[in-house]
Amino acid sequence: MTSLTGRWPGLRRPQRKYIPVLATLSLLAVMYGVGAVRYEAFSDGQVILNVFVDNAFLLVVAAGMTFVILTGGIDLSVGSVVALTTMLSASLLQEQGWPPYAVLPFVLFVGALLGFAMGCIIHYFEIQPFIVTLAGMFLARGLCYTISTSSIPITDPFWTSMAQSKVRFGEYFVSPSVIVALVVVIVGAYVLSHTRLGRNTYAIGGNPASALLMGLPVARTQITVYAISGFCSALGGVLLSFYMLSGYGLHAVGMELDAIAAVVIGGTLLTGGSGYLVGTVLGVLVLGVIQTIITFDGTLSSWWTKIVIGALLFVFILLQRVIGARKAR
Amino acid sequence: MAEPAAILAMTGITKEFPGVKALSDVDFRLFPGEVHALMGENGAGKSTLIKALTGVYDIDGGEILLEGEAVRFTGPLQAQQAGVSTVYQEINLCPNLSVAENIFIGREPRRLGAIQWKKIHRRATELLRRLRLDIDASALLGTYSIAVQQMVAIARAIDISAKVLIFDEPTSSLDAKECEQLFRVMRQLKDEGIAILFVTHFLDQVYEVTDRVTVLRNGRLVGERLTAELAQIDLVAMMIGKELEVLEQLDEQPKSSPAALQDASPVVAASELGRDGAVAPFNLAIHRGEVVGLAGLLGSGRTEVARLLFGADRADHGQIRVDGTTVAVRNPRTAMAHGIAFCSENRRTEGLVEDLTVRENIILALQAERGWSRPIPRRRQEELVDKYIKALRITPANPDMVVRNLSGGNQQKVLLARWLITEPRLLILDEPTRGIDVGAKAEIQRLVVSLADGGMAVLFISAELEEVLRLSHKIAVLRDRHLVTEMPNDGVDVEHVMRIIASGAAV
Repeated sequence: MTSLTGRWPGLRRPQRKYIPVLATLSLLAVMYGVGAVRYEAFSDGQVILNVFVDNAFLLVVAAGMTFVILTGGIDLSVGSVVALTTMLSASLLQEQGWPPYAVLPFVLFVGALLGFAMGCIIHYFEIQPFIVTLAGMFLARGLCYTISTSSIPITDPFWTSMAQSKVRFGEYFVSPSVIVALVVVIVGAYVLSHTRLGRNTYAIGGNPASALLMGLPVARTQITVYAISGFCSALGGVLLSFYMLSGYGLHAVGMELDAIAAVVIGGTLLTGGSGYLVGTVLGVLVLGVIQTIITFDGTLSSWWTKIVIGALLFVFILLQRVIGARKAR
Repeated sequence: MAEPAAILAMTGITKEFPGVKALSDVDFRLFPGEVHALMGENGAGKSTLIKALTGVYDIDGGEILLEGEAVRFTGPLQAQQAGVSTVYQEINLCPNLSVAENIFIGREPRRLGAIQWKKIHRRATELLRRLRLDIDASALLGTYSIAVQQMVAIARAIDISAKVLIFDEPTSSLDAKECEQLFRVMRQLKDEGIAILFVTHFLDQVYEVTDRVTVLRNGRLVGERLTAELAQIDLVAMMIGKELEVLEQLDEQPKSSPAALQDASPVVAASELGRDGAVAPFNLAIHRGEVVGLAGLLGSGRTEVARLLFGADRADHGQIRVDGTTVAVRNPRTAMAHGIAFCSENRRTEGLVEDLTVRENIILALQAERGWSRPIPRRRQEELVDKYIKALRITPANPDMVVRNLSGGNQQKVLLARWLITEPRLLILDEPTRGIDVGAKAEIQRLVVSLADGGMAVLFISAELEEVLRLSHKIAVLRDRHLVTEMPNDGVDVEHVMRIIASGAAV
């Protein structure tokens, strides 16, 4: 777990900076406990693995979002980029007849390029990320419908095999997408804790003016995080198309908000500079467990998911505020 | 005495901004192993000189030699790489990162692209130990006080290789103990041969830690002296000086004589009013028709006194009485309700709304006092504004002119008009004549006299002692955030006040 929390030698006692992550972890434990007590089959290990299976794409998208939020930015375009990726993949595979090994790098490149372009606009024209990525959101969503207004099913053998195959551990299993998502998280956490790019990301989120004065490559870093987010969105889109086996302009509507919620519940400060990818994983799990509990209950409307997420967001933003206030003495 | 070669020599530095010559032909030199104070009042050109050195500003003339070689830095970053680092009053580090990381970020030791955290922590700990600082390198920077954060900034600077360290008013937000620690580190660095440029307003600190002093005034070099050979009174005189040209153009201001009014209870009286870290508790009474002058150097607490009286800062101690009744001045609004008006020294940031017209600016305070639900009729506005434009001779006499386009003096008059229109009983003027031309200065001074004649109480703050002495009936002297003494202005001369400022005691 060391690489995930960005810990390094020399730290012995748990520090205040880990409090948000620990809070999320306790919340997850409590929710899991409640589920296990109330519903018989809940404590089966496969239940928690299914949460991963059902949310692998969200995990990847939220990982990219974490980079952006750490710099103090926001990326509203991710849901649309996910949809565009499913659409592009489906169209290229089914209608253009491209082979999977060409489609995959192409859609990932398109996602990264979109992020790169938004990052450039944000940095060089000094426009709020909110508005730039809002424009990107409309653009990407609109592009989906220029490809097709209806859903395109995917029948490509590679895609169907990815959808159906299982990675087994004894009696338990996950989908290959989960492995991809975990690799993304581990690589991301390593980049954040052990590379200059990662540390510069934190520095910019902490104090952009200082970062500039300390000679850090602010422009490069800022643009790179949006490119990372775009790449992760595209990869999330690929994973979603494995899961759905279709491309559709209405996929992943509102997913940017789920991703932001997961990042915030995972303890990353919206103002930037503080947070860990492991928190984001926990945040995604929290969202997933809420859904699972509601499914298990059977009597609750699915809107309860939104209500609980809303309440949790309030609580976590207040928690951040309280911790932030204490830090400032 | 044979002097070693200067590590830094700036000669004939000139810098002009539109309409102002911020620096004209200034020389400055710095030797290895010395602490050199750069002093001067507001607008003297200290920060311009530092910004010219570190490449924030392009200079219009002059030469900068670093170790004998001509340099022109493109910015603080390049200056730092060449060995000229600046430690600012505000910390330019990242509070969300650890102390060690703040020292090394951007230059982390790496192996195969991976940051070597162990090495960073070991080197940071060694560095902090060398400076004899008891700081945990792995703790977040933000958990430490500003003083400690400054130390970390110093550690970063010297690790990058500083030959010249510039401290830009580092002590403004430090308490006595923290200053002591900073000075200890400064002395240690000095002994290691680093040249230190120290900007401060505090006389004590100059004598405590510096070897040499350079004084600037109005963008010109006044002189360079060895600290040990410079008496405090001479230093104050160098800083404040006499502006001969101003004196020549100003006719003798006949002072009004409020003696008859002195017996009445003061309009506003502060007793034991104070705010921790801003100004020590003080007593001050201002009567009807009286001009009270506040004298003191920059940073002595002049503005802080004004802000407390106006409720712009909350007082920690004491009380304010208006007409003998204790009132709670919680914010500027309540101060205004009690007839107190305050013209800030920062007329651009705390006073005028530059994009509004003269009329709108003038009407602002009166409208605020009435409440926004009761707009002042347009005709009434025009009458009032016309009256004050004439009375204050604002030129051009066009109420619909946007304030941004007025000269400094006329902007100041607009700000004055705004407060006069509310017919205040106490008018606080913080540096009303700063940065305006001599003619406008004389007009504002005349206006202060006539307002007092009309019965208004005025608290007049200025960095220029002559001006304070010329206008005031009573003078209060501040030094290092203490009100040292208060005395009637009968035949007090500039030197007498300087002596009080320099010695910190009534003489």
